[in-house]
Amino acid sequence: MNIDSIKNGYVIDHISAGHGMKIYEYLQLEKLDCSVAMIMNARSTKMGKKDIIKIDQKVKIDFDVLGYIDPNITINVIENDKKVKKFHPELKEELIDIVKCKNPRCITSVERGLKHICILKDKKKAQYRCKYCDSEV
Amino acid sequence: MRNLIGIEDFSTEEIDELIEVSKNIISNKEKYLEKCKGKILATLFFEPSTRTRLSFESAMLSLGGGVLGFSSADSSSTQKGETLADTIKVVSGYSDIIAMRHPKEGAPIVAANNSNVPIINAGDGGHNHPTQTLLDLLTISQEKGRLNNFTVGLCGDLKFGRTVHSLIIALSRYENIKFVLISPNELKIPDYLKQDVLDKKNIDYIETESLEENIDKLDILYMTRVQKERFLNEEEYVRLKDVYILDKQKLEKAKKDLCIMHPLPRVNEISTEIDNDPRAAYFRQAEYGKYMRMAIILKLLNVK
Ligand SMILES: [Zn+2]
Repeated sequence: MNIDSIKNGYVIDHISAGHGMKIYEYLQLEKLDCSVAMIMNARSTKMGKKDIIKIDQKVKIDFDVLGYIDPNITINVIENDKKVKKFHPELKEELIDIVKCKNPRCITSVERGLKHICILKDKKKAQYRCKYCDSEV
Repeated sequence: MRNLIGIEDFSTEEIDELIEVSKNIISNKEKYLEKCKGKILATLFFEPSTRTRLSFESAMLSLGGGVLGFSSADSSSTQKGETLADTIKVVSGYSDIIAMRHPKEGAPIVAANNSNVPIINAGDGGHNHPTQTLLDLLTISQEKGRLNNFTVGLCGDLKFGRTVHSLIIALSRYENIKFVLISPNELKIPDYLKQDVLDKKNIDYIETESLEENIDKLDILYMTRVQKERFLNEEEYVRLKDVYILDKQKLEKAKKDLCIMHPLPRVNEISTEIDNDPRAAYFRQAEYGKYMRMAIILKLLNVK
């Protein structure tokens, strides 16, 4: 299978197989004005299988939200056909409207227009807690 | 502007200061009669709790302020679909401070984010109830004359009882406190409290099913209700329900200066036959609640 390489943009690599679509949704890539290629079940020596997303434009994307979903992801920045930067997403201190609190007794379950805010409690375990009810998300 | 959402909003020094002010109120009530003249406390009780609401209202009235509010969600605008944020925006225009009880966890944070006046959390579901913890500390300090160096027995439902969790956290800030955690096996304190608080701070504790065998060690005994619906099966409940009832006979082995506490209301976990025992502190505890709430109102309104 052949997908054209990109001139300027991003290659999101080492996504755990099956997480590709989730990341597509979190980053709201459907809103972008450029082509996005999703490669699923690609062979990987390290991971066995992996997903890859290629974004054919250098738009501003907040990659740090990915730290919560899959901290092992690699983001490659491509400029003029060359890889100029490679990094892993950081764990954000606060996730706003990215994950929903699942506690049915939480105020977020009833209050309209309230943002779901989760706060990083344990960096090592990538553990977040709901800002309102303190339950783990 | 300060709020009281959880006990962690106040430092140990501030808690000690609240206890000092409460004690000053107890011995000089007339000095405080007009401290909050012209100020209004709104009591917004989206879930009824007459005892707590009356305690807040009595506190404000004793400071010379006024009170307004509602109790239970049906009488309020939430029935008509108003958000908590909107209710608070309106009420903070009518009052100088708000005490709120809400069935949903984290509701006081939403209230604080939408209020121009201080918010006191008067209980949010099973989450926080900081004024209860502060009045418990005042009770211990009043009855025992100190907040360190004793063995505290906590008895009953230690799994779901938020007052117990928050009291353990608060007391663990003080020196040389030992805990005897008395509960049925299925109602033991949650693991996170053991790991994050007791083990982390190297606090001495034992877990046991027997009140009778341990009552002689205690300086303080904090009783809570064991609710039937917390048990997985009927037989367990029947087997254990009487084990956690404090009566004259169990009290015989206790220390002469034991302090018996209970957040009230009680059902049958403390027999009325010991109500007149000088060690029974629970009705005094309820009264201390009023003085502590006076001290909290003064602090949040910045009245000296
Ligand atoms: Zn929550």
